[in-house]
Amino acid sequence: MKALLFRDLKLAFRAGGGFGLGIAFFLIVVILVPFSVGPESGLLTKIAPGVLWLGALLACLLSLDRILALDWEDGTLDLVATSPLPLEGVVSVKALAHWITTGVPLVVAAPVFGVLLNLPPQGFVWLVASLALGTPALSVIGTFGAALTVGIKRGGLLLSLLILPLYVPTLIFGAELARRGAEGQDVSTPLLMLAGITFGVIALLPFASALVLRMNLR
Amino acid sequence: MGSIWEYANPVKFSQTVSRFLMPVAVLAAIATIVGLVWGFFFTPDDYRQGATVKIIYLHVPSALMAINIWFMMLVTSLIWLVRRHHVSALAAKAAAPVGVVMTLIALWTGAVWGQPMWGTWWAWDPRLTSFLILFLFYLGYIALWEAIDNPDTAADLTAVLCIVGSVFAMLSRYAVNFWNQGLHQGASIMRAGAVTGADTEEKVSNVFFYPLMMCIIGFVLFFVALVLLRTRTEIHKRRTRALLARERLA
Repeated sequence: MKALLFRDLKLAFRAGGGFGLGIAFFLIVVILVPFSVGPESGLLTKIAPGVLWLGALLACLLSLDRILALDWEDGTLDLVATSPLPLEGVVSVKALAHWITTGVPLVVAAPVFGVLLNLPPQGFVWLVASLALGTPALSVIGTFGAALTVGIKRGGLLLSLLILPLYVPTLIFGAELARRGAEGQDVSTPLLMLAGITFGVIALLPFASALVLRMNLR
Repeated sequence: MGSIWEYANPVKFSQTVSRFLMPVAVLAAIATIVGLVWGFFFTPDDYRQGATVKIIYLHVPSALMAINIWFMMLVTSLIWLVRRHHVSALAAKAAAPVGVVMTLIALWTGAVWGQPMWGTWWAWDPRLTSFLILFLFYLGYIALWEAIDNPDTAADLTAVLCIVGSVFAMLSRYAVNFWNQGLHQGASIMRAGAVTGADTEEKVSNVFFYPLMMCIIGFVLFFVALVLLRTRTEIHKRRTRALLARERLA
């Protein structure tokens, strides 16, 4: 499992792995927002948590089809599937690798982008906290979508169509947590709900992902 | 009559469909027409909403069906995954487009009613938003069916998507409830006391209730007829495909 994780990470970090693409995309979204809604700082403050969450979510979505598609094409996936490692473990590791290469950089970059959007000072802690708690869920759900569409050529758009509705609860609670944090309100309800979703999908969804991957590999 | 699983045999299923399709369709037409005519022309206007109240004869049945069709797809998907009856998977496939249309009718009639009553076509109310999300789930489900060539793989994957999607749809429902306060009225048809006659404050009066019930029965029968027909079509399509493949090999 470790070997698989390191292999995935190495592939992602090296040239052509697409590492950093997510952050660049996130940055562009954040920069484009003031252009589209105007530079008025009060408005930006109000929408900053939501925009940052939406940007992170889209950046996450961007790299989802890389999770399994390349390994599917060159046959690595068949090899891994016949290895003694259970497929549930494989998809969990894949999700973890995706989170480390996409989710963590987004979490780290988010405060910087928060400055661009005039996020109030007390909002930074909760923005980082909400993203740190929510992005693993995005990766795990995304891995399910990637496993579902891995056999489809040019399945990227379909993947988005399938995954975005599944992201709704995570987005609602994550953005709500960041918003309440920024406005200094009580954060416990969305915090607990977001944690519940994240740990719930980490515990359960790998089984569904492995199941659909097995169906695809058949 | 033997076990219900006998009808999992495609031939048996097709025969049964041929026998029941016509009566069900005719009953659906009668119930819908009677319900709508009764509702539109022989019920009084609401004292505050005026004639706009009559849109419930389309809105409520279609909304009811939109949710229950997804539920039916969930059940047939589970049956397919557990017992591997092709008819079950095909029934889920056949039901999905009907579900989309029902969702659209519910959203559309709601908007048409909301414009004069709430003063807006659309509000980000939890019920409205949930329906929009349900619509997206239907679209994803259908798109996945269309995208995969191998019919068995497609049936498997869409079944899993339907099950996982149901869980997330439920989650979204609660998340959306938490996210915004509602404008839409609560359940007021099957509420305790509403049917038995023990009046509660907010319930649909019997004058509206009976034609509405008629419409709901009509919509359910209509759905059953459509699914039977569409499932039979899918079976025929599957068989044509198999025959063509055999010819090509020979």
